[in-house]
Amino acid sequence: MSGATSSRNVAPRARAGTTEAAWVRWLLTTIALAFLLLFLVLPLAAVFTEALRKGVDAYLAGLNEPDTWSAIKLTLLTALIAVPLNLVFGVAAAWCIAKYEFRGKAFLTTLIDLPFSISPVVAGLMYVLVFGANGWLGPWLDAHDIKIIFAVPGIVLATVFVTFPFIARELIPLMQAQGNDEEQAAVVLGASGWQTFQHVTLPNIKWGLLYGVILCNARAMGEFGAVSVVSGHIRGQTNTIPLHVEILYNEYQSVAAFAAASLLALLALVTLVIKTIAEWQNEQQRKAAAALPPERPVGS
Amino acid sequence: MTAIALDTAQPSASQGPRRTRRRVLPGFGLTLGYTLFYLSLIVLIPLLALLFKTFAMSWPQFWEAVTAPRVLASYRLTFGASFIAACVNLVFGLLIAWVLVRYPFPGKKIVDALVDLPFALPTAVAGISLTALLAGNGWVGQYFEPLGIQLAFNPNGVVIALIFIGLPFVVRTVQPVLEDSEKELEEAATSLGATRWQIFRHVILPGIMPALLTGFAMAFARAIGEYGSVIFIAGNMPMVSEITPLIIIGKLEQYDVAGATAVAVVMLFFSFVMLLVINALQAWQRRHAGMPA
Repeated sequence: MSGATSSRNVAPRARAGTTEAAWVRWLLTTIALAFLLLFLVLPLAAVFTEALRKGVDAYLAGLNEPDTWSAIKLTLLTALIAVPLNLVFGVAAAWCIAKYEFRGKAFLTTLIDLPFSISPVVAGLMYVLVFGANGWLGPWLDAHDIKIIFAVPGIVLATVFVTFPFIARELIPLMQAQGNDEEQAAVVLGASGWQTFQHVTLPNIKWGLLYGVILCNARAMGEFGAVSVVSGHIRGQTNTIPLHVEILYNEYQSVAAFAAASLLALLALVTLVIKTIAEWQNEQQRKAAAALPPERPVGS
Repeated sequence: MTAIALDTAQPSASQGPRRTRRRVLPGFGLTLGYTLFYLSLIVLIPLLALLFKTFAMSWPQFWEAVTAPRVLASYRLTFGASFIAACVNLVFGLLIAWVLVRYPFPGKKIVDALVDLPFALPTAVAGISLTALLAGNGWVGQYFEPLGIQLAFNPNGVVIALIFIGLPFVVRTVQPVLEDSEKELEEAATSLGATRWQIFRHVILPGIMPALLTGFAMAFARAIGEYGSVIFIAGNMPMVSEITPLIIIGKLEQYDVAGATAVAVVMLFFSFVMLLVINALQAWQRRHAGMPA
């Protein structure tokens, strides 16, 4: 607030000192936008043009294949299992990390980030070494006729791994910034832990939570490397949409490949829209909260 | 219950003023317990499986697997291309963050949202789409073909895919720091007679340096492990355009699990190193942000 008034008072002088000549601004903006056009807009546009290259009918025909449908179903199923699992974990992890002090907290936070820095291919391999035919549990699983690798459970596990930190990472800083005062007040007034979470914490973090969930979902539906290692690529059975895209592409069925890819590109666009809304709401909420407490000295 | 008692036992005077009493809230034992359980199940046990498998190999076996010429060539490509891509992202990420924070232009909100596209777009989609663009008959590739420059199916393609993948990191780490930077410092520098370039070089750049390097390290770390977008565009020729994750997949497909594991451990080692580097950079950034009062 105070920044706005002071900069208005000294506007003419300050502007001369804190920005560049018009032609520099124009040049830098043009270069930045050109770079984004080349690296972001063109690839996105290419997906849809390639998918529609032979017209809408070919596009729909490319999508309407039994194998594509089963890939879509498997992708939805995977996300439907992986995202809630990581949601529960993310909330639990954020609660214990943001609300308490304990020894080893920094280390725990680093461990939670670990799946981000491990190559998806290495992640897939790790699960093969646990559940695969020659893995730790391989003989036992074989004896009990349970299939994990080259089957749906392996795909779900690999997806859970690569999307593991998303929600926790989003919530931890948010809950840390919010502090404990409101929750403590609720508990002192007699609320149970669950009531406190539901009625005090959750309304405060809901937009951040949504943001984490949709990013987690986008990655879960789009994961390629890790899933590729554990899937076995059985058409109609263990192919997710990204793996199906690869198969179609390698078979030179370009339109069908890009048609399937366009579904994922649409998912990405929807994700970006929801993310923008969530960020905006979060900002509004923070502004409202900052304007609220009367005991805080104004303009300090 | 025991967890709360344990928490109380800790002296609370060690850190800054944000440390208030947090003993009242329930759920510490439950949430920490579940966090550790789930973390062990999903991350730590599979990680141990990888390490144990490696220890089951003899040293010469391991060394031979990770230093075969074809594997060495893949390290060179993976690390080299990742480094070049991260450098490009450093420069253009800073530029994009700068333009987004400092200059008004129409459609800024949309551009800002679009920067996250590489996070949201599945890598396989990015891979086939970039390949379609950069191939000799593609929208972009056709202009380079007559010049004798091939963009797809060689290391150039790898670099371009990795630029795409790493693009948001530098922008998203630098942007908030630039937003928070105080214009008073720049005003002071101007009134002391500094040029804009001097101000950028000596006032603004030092302030955003930790964030800039953090973004660089994140883009680099992500690029090293990337698989989906690269394999479509790389051409995957052994010794020339074969990345390390593809080596792992190739060995797995030939049922050489031990060899795949050995190469995976090398990659894992670098993942850990990058994680430590990023953590150190972030700690530096927090100290840096805390400094000007």
